[in-house]
Amino acid sequence: MKGNGRQANDQGRGGGQWRRRRAEEGLFRVLMVLSLLVVVGCLTLIVATIIWKGLPALKLSMITQTPKGGYYLGKEGGILNAILGSLYLAGGATFLALLLGLPIVLYLNVYARRFSRLAGFVRFSFDVLWGVPSIVYGAFGFLLMVFFGLRTSLLAGIITVALLELPIMSRAMDEVIRLVPRDLTEASFSLGATRLETAFKVVVRQSLPGILTAVLIAFGRGIGDAASVLFTAGFTDRVPTSLLQPAATLPLAIFFQLGTPFPEVRERAYASAAVLTILILIISLVSRALVRRYTRHTIR
Amino acid sequence: MFGLTLVPGLLVFLMLFGLFWKAKAILAVKPIGRLLLSSAWRPSRGEFGLLPFLAGTLAVTVVAMVIAVPISLLTAIYLSEYAPRRLRPIARPVVDLLAGLPSVVFGVWGVLMVVPLVEKLARLFHTYSSGYSILAGGIVLAIMVFPTIIHVAVEVFSSISQELRDAALSLGATKWETVKKVVLRKSGQGIVAAVVLGLSRAFGETMAVLMVVGNIPRVPHSIFDAGYPLPALLANNYGEMMSVPLYDSALMLAALVLLLVVLFFNSLARVILVRAERRAM
Repeated sequence: MKGNGRQANDQGRGGGQWRRRRAEEGLFRVLMVLSLLVVVGCLTLIVATIIWKGLPALKLSMITQTPKGGYYLGKEGGILNAILGSLYLAGGATFLALLLGLPIVLYLNVYARRFSRLAGFVRFSFDVLWGVPSIVYGAFGFLLMVFFGLRTSLLAGIITVALLELPIMSRAMDEVIRLVPRDLTEASFSLGATRLETAFKVVVRQSLPGILTAVLIAFGRGIGDAASVLFTAGFTDRVPTSLLQPAATLPLAIFFQLGTPFPEVRERAYASAAVLTILILIISLVSRALVRRYTRHTIR
Repeated sequence: MFGLTLVPGLLVFLMLFGLFWKAKAILAVKPIGRLLLSSAWRPSRGEFGLLPFLAGTLAVTVVAMVIAVPISLLTAIYLSEYAPRRLRPIARPVVDLLAGLPSVVFGVWGVLMVVPLVEKLARLFHTYSSGYSILAGGIVLAIMVFPTIIHVAVEVFSSISQELRDAALSLGATKWETVKKVVLRKSGQGIVAAVVLGLSRAFGETMAVLMVVGNIPRVPHSIFDAGYPLPALLANNYGEMMSVPLYDSALMLAALVLLLVVLFFNSLARVILVRAERRAM
């Protein structure tokens, strides 16, 4: 569109310019579709490669047994310690993050005035924390650990991962709780409900599907994150029985197995990666199903 | 409840303070300039030059952004302006799923596919590369930042009022011309924010990059060279850092540098986005 404001004449003045404009349109349309295909293709390729390489190496014993002696040299055993460790760790961390995050988000949306400075500042902090790399959470968790005299343990891992999940979960919850219509909360106030009652009986109920999704997103992140637990949760071949014992995690199990020079063990790393990927896919599907199920209770 | 709301802000300050407090030990002995600009990394002899790691991080991030920015932006434009209505509810979960995959999975995939690919590519250019290289790290990282950029960009595009587009179209502009002259121009700052957020994501990503980038502490000279990004340094040496004097302090300084850079980029992007949102209202 070189001519300024002469669009109407373009078609009249020979097809040259018009044809060029059409060509540009077509070119970018093709580029866009290609880009979309690259993005979708990458996801498909990653999931397909991991499952295709991992499933043949996946035996039932891998997910039902803990590592036996010489497991990392290719002997018998499985990664049950890492699977359970990851579930414990992510479960604990998600619970802790919800305990911290939900009150904060409710405060922002029910108690704080609209456009309050405090709310703006808290949201800004969440945004900034969301961008902090997990390895920095790991380093910070390590400092906390040293400060409080803890050793690498499930507890230290849970605290670190909870901090990592807090901004992810809170931002997702804030996004849905913000959408609760103002009329609804005001109707609740007008019936004499306190803010606390309104927060839990109206706002939480109304946005339950969104809150569940937020919790599951955070849980998925907790299971998948390796860099933050590297410093804090340690690694062990046993399933932890107390909060103060170290815990193995699935991502680290994958990482360590891939780092060995033995082909059998590397195969197991692929299998473990398939297990992790399938876990994440299941979480994502469950969260979608839950949203559909619990949307029935919300008022539109 | 009110007390809890102070937690997020406090956390940022505690992180900064904690890491700085640990890094003080090495900053007291060596000038910050020498630490950041020296490329001698020999912890056992007390030499902690962070330059190779800074260069490694910078190199992977730049490669990743060169790949990710055009692809993500074109995808975002397609999803918000062109895509048929039926496609949109399918596209979003796909992008979300990509964002939800653990970084170790990206790493394993990188080792399986990207590393051999880069090795072959290097042969095509008549150089040798083991495949574990800046380019491999950049490719894996690029895929990891797609969702961040796409999400923010789609949101920015959808905040532009439909009337502006309709006005352009009614003047005879083609769809792409409308995008170029109205949508992109109107959302310039928002696009910058989307890119900056992707950038800071790439800057701090650890495991996936660590697994494919080679981890040799030298300043890389080509994209086929191995590199050693800052986060990888932290992840690889946490075990031995307590046994060498000043080592832990040097690593915490590395974490502090990482945090400062990311905080700067993030705050910048958020300020831009908040301002853009206010203008749109």
